[in-house]
Amino acid sequence: MLIPPPAERPLQPLPLELVKLTKRFGAFVANDQISLKVPPGTFHALLGENGAGKSTLVKCIMGYHQADEGDLVIDGHSREIRSPYDAYQFGIGMVYQHFTLVPAMTVAENLVLSRPNTPGIIRWKEEREHLREFMKTAPFQVDLDTPAGQLAAGQKQKVEILKQLYLNSRFLILDEPTSVLTPAEADEVLGLIRDKVKAGHLSVLLITHKFREVFAFCDEITVLRRGKFAGAGKVADLRADDMAAMMMGGQREARVVRKLPRERGPAALELKGLCANQDNGLPAVNQVNLTIHEGEVVGIAGVSGNGQRELVEVLAGQRPATGGTVQVHGQAYSATRAEAFQHKVFLLPEEPLRNACVPGMTVAENIAFRSFDRPPIGRAGCFVSRPAIRKFAQELITRFSVKTRSTETPIGDLSGGNVQRAVLARELGPGTAQVLITANPCFGLDFAAVESIHSQITEARNRGVAVLLVSEDLDELLALADRLLVISHGELVYETTPAQAEINTIGHHMAGH
Amino acid sequence: MITESIGGWGVVIGILAGAVRGGTPFLLVSLGECLTEKSGKINLGLEGVLLIGAMSAYAVSYQTGSPWVGVAAAGIAGAILGAIHAFLVSRPKVNDIAAGIAMLIFGSGCAFFLGKPYIQPSAPQLPAIALGGWSSIPQVEAALKISPLFFFGVAAAFLLQAFFRSTRWGMQVRAVGDSPAAAQALGISVPRTRFAAIVTGSALGGMGGAHLSLFYPGAWTEAISSGQGLMAVALVIFARWNPVKCLWASLLFGGAQAVGPSLQAVGISTGYYLWNASPYILTLGVMILTCSPKRTLIGAPGALGSSS
Ligand SMILES: Nc1ncnc2c1ncn2[C@@H]1O[C@H](COP(=O)(O)OP(=O)(O)OP(=O)(O)O)[C@@H](O)[C@H]1O
Ligand SMILES: [Mg+2]
Repeated sequence: MLIPPPAERPLQPLPLELVKLTKRFGAFVANDQISLKVPPGTFHALLGENGAGKSTLVKCIMGYHQADEGDLVIDGHSREIRSPYDAYQFGIGMVYQHFTLVPAMTVAENLVLSRPNTPGIIRWKEEREHLREFMKTAPFQVDLDTPAGQLAAGQKQKVEILKQLYLNSRFLILDEPTSVLTPAEADEVLGLIRDKVKAGHLSVLLITHKFREVFAFCDEITVLRRGKFAGAGKVADLRADDMAAMMMGGQREARVVRKLPRERGPAALELKGLCANQDNGLPAVNQVNLTIHEGEVVGIAGVSGNGQRELVEVLAGQRPATGGTVQVHGQAYSATRAEAFQHKVFLLPEEPLRNACVPGMTVAENIAFRSFDRPPIGRAGCFVSRPAIRKFAQELITRFSVKTRSTETPIGDLSGGNVQRAVLARELGPGTAQVLITANPCFGLDFAAVESIHSQITEARNRGVAVLLVSEDLDELLALADRLLVISHGELVYETTPAQAEINTIGHHMAGH
Repeated sequence: MITESIGGWGVVIGILAGAVRGGTPFLLVSLGECLTEKSGKINLGLEGVLLIGAMSAYAVSYQTGSPWVGVAAAGIAGAILGAIHAFLVSRPKVNDIAAGIAMLIFGSGCAFFLGKPYIQPSAPQLPAIALGGWSSIPQVEAALKISPLFFFGVAAAFLLQAFFRSTRWGMQVRAVGDSPAAAQALGISVPRTRFAAIVTGSALGGMGGAHLSLFYPGAWTEAISSGQGLMAVALVIFARWNPVKCLWASLLFGGAQAVGPSLQAVGISTGYYLWNASPYILTLGVMILTCSPKRTLIGAPGALGSSS
């Protein structure tokens, strides 16, 4: 079969239907007889708690996983998709929940490689010309020559979406595409995709945890719960409560922890003139001065790629500072294991699977990373008790409701949200934290989990923990922070409090004016 | 004596000639290793591949009378050994270092066993390409008798560079080596790509062996490779996984190998054995200098050595 290059492919949305699809991982049933229909030219939402099986289902459509039973009907014919390559041939494209850019390749190389009809020998001059043309029509700009690994999470996500626009997909699967975008960016991206749907160019299947997006952009929803079909309907006929009830199975009570009024405590974390470089040696963090007091949440807002990642990496000990000092409780702090233990500094970084976990090790081992060398798990200074690890992990898994089949599952097999919970369990579980550094802590969590993490952070603050919250979600910052700072080009350029905050002024400073 | 008349230059010419002559097997093996490592796997078995290549080239050249058929046989023998390694490392939970060491021992064992009858007889050698006709100094003339496999290697280095940069397959190899999950999401078959990369890399390594037995030193002995297949691993790191830099690095290693013999040729034999150790010292030096806890090596394939 000869496939016309993407640009020439007739722009028609693709009708797609799943019939009684079942996917098992060993004895575990991740998707149980799920049927779902996306009529051409519609915007369909797939909802469900963390671990409900949403990503698994769409990966079966893409041929990333092979379904064990059931049919995939494309355009009226039952089809078999054996690999993502087949899916691209049908014009089905997907933005995965975990990034799928090749880190060492530049954005341009990533884009060109993603095309199924890339010629064997690539004429870079022509391709670049082509890419420049494409970028003129693109909704956002990314430097084509930057290696993807050096992009911040938000920028990577933009490249992932650009890639699908570049491929001219007719059926687009988006697995939580907006978790790392600011609300304004999310609206822009989804709005643009919505326009293409309206114009009859494509159908979309969107996985999201944000009801706001469902109401603003989607036509229909399908809900999964624990791998089973739990309901479907038209967005116009449903309220948020109905959807939540379908997702959780029955009513539940929102539990929101309130910020207690507190006197500002003594300084816990102090940064003085902190500087750090990017991977390519250019400065990323520039003369940051910041003091966080006990019992205070300091929020840092900013467009991704303005030095937040590097700042957090310095505090995590993943990156050397090129200047300035970090002090905790008045003592120099260089993020060694001993210092982190002594000062009870805990950390919940972004992309936890990459920054805070060893994907191939078990959930229990990952949860024990902070404590494996200390009693009761560590014995006699050099032995590790496996039963103790399991017991320790089991308790935290229950307390933080991490959905995992067992303590011995590799953490890389958990659903995105549950990886996050497992890391949170490790960091906040013992309840001894005095300083908590966190970046985009709710990336990809379902609404119940977001509530629970926000409560945990607020509770920690009420206990007197000093919290640094770096986030791209302004709503989250406004809800949790006591003070709000804006970072732009590696410098803190603006400070305000949520009470006095003006969205426009903040946006202005974020944009770097 | 003319050696005396050109004095110190004799040493320089000797080293330069040695760089080309002795650097050729380094070049071919390191290009093979570079291709393999770009796909995310390490092949320590290339030392075995080098030996089996040297042995098959010599044996086939002797049997058929054509050194070119010998070179082809070396490539094929290398590819077969590579295919075994590729199969082993594609199995779940097989560590590529351990498999590589097993293949190293297996490959050299096979070469010694099958090569026993060929230690004595002399096989037709690869014709040298003489570029030194213009010079009246015999050393220069001798130094410019260059192995055809050297030109093949130089061409291969530049082609491989272009392959990684501007061909779909080359980019696929890089994607597989850097992020297998991303490659899978792009519909690239990780096992198949790795298989192809390892087999091709080993074929190149086998041809490096052909240079040893059919050009320089130009005989089949069991001590012929003296660890060059293993040093190539260090060389690839030194060259930052860049094929053209592999070329320069190979010349450097080849030159280092020639320091001792060149000094001896002008009558300096103090520290002869020490000088002969210089490639190994260079290898250690490279490893120490390039290891830094502060940064990951630029160019290192992201999935190199991981179990996925
Ligand atoms: N490769 C795998 N091997 C074993 N189990 C897996 C694998 N992938 C996913 N699972 C399990 O399947 C279940 C569903 O996972 P999935 O990633 O589909 O959830 P999800 O609905 O996308 O959740 P989230 O909102 O957190 O992304 C989880 O319990 C997970 O542990
Ligand atoms: Mg998911």
